[in-house]
Amino acid sequence: MKLQKATLFGLYSVLELTRDPSRQLSATDIAERYGISANHLAKVLRDLGRAGLVEAARGASGGYRFVGNARRITLLDVVRVFEDFGDDVAAREPGADTDIGGALDLVLSEIDDIARATLGSVTLSTLLKTMQWRDERSQRLKAKETA
Amino acid sequence: MAWVILSSMNETAASYRIRPVQAADLADVIALDAEMTGAEKGDFWRDVLASLASRADRHFLVAEDPKGGPIRGYIVGEVRAYEFGSEPCGWVIAIGVDPRFRVRRTGERLFDAICDCLRADGVATVRTMVAREDRLDMAFFRAQGMMAGPFIELEKPLD
Repeated sequence: MKLQKATLFGLYSVLELTRDPSRQLSATDIAERYGISANHLAKVLRDLGRAGLVEAARGASGGYRFVGNARRITLLDVVRVFEDFGDDVAAREPGADTDIGGALDLVLSEIDDIARATLGSVTLSTLLKTMQWRDERSQRLKAKETA
Repeated sequence: MAWVILSSMNETAASYRIRPVQAADLADVIALDAEMTGAEKGDFWRDVLASLASRADRHFLVAEDPKGGPIRGYIVGEVRAYEFGSEPCGWVIAIGVDPRFRVRRTGERLFDAICDCLRADGVATVRTMVAREDRLDMAFFRAQGMMAGPFIELEKPLD
């Protein structure tokens, strides 16, 4: 599946800031880390601020920090700041009322349902934990190979 | 299986103990499951308990407060082999934690304990199945590190 650029940048930002909620990062800091446009990211961060997920700090050391509950906020919550994810888009397409359009819509809805359930069940905290488990597991496997 | 004393640093969770089910626990398990699902399934639970005698690769654990009171949670896991073309694999087929005693890592401790049992049985993977709309359980299993596996469940109405 392909997310819109703003959505992906939003996920990068929120997850990067969630790693250490006490840390403040500017749009430029995050943009450099992910190799993306700082201008585009600044707009994304403003949207995340309006959604109450990040907060901008003023002053010389200003930047953004995460202000949500990482154990409650899911990837879907972040995605929905930027796009209407799989919300019956197919039903509004021309041809959706035909027999083939209806059958096709069933299959596409199935994919959307699975994607929504997946993104809606992964909290920011779970994603960061999963990253850590994967690292630890790959180190364990590497150690086994070399032993 | 020996009793496992919960080692959590969490004050409340540390007071709970995970152990294999006993016949006397069944009424608590049935009541807890009925409270959570809205359906009493006494026959199912009695069958699960009875099957333990003949199936060494099925495990039924409960979490209890050593100070007493009803069971706070339960989990059932087993090894299934070659169904749907799958290599032997562990399955969590039921889990429940008393809603009044959640967010104390009881579910996590039960899950870890059942994984230890399944690992000891020689399997390297554990699976489960969760309803797509069941956000609570889906998020719980995700938080334990579970991800979508290589199989997709398919169904068709027969009426």
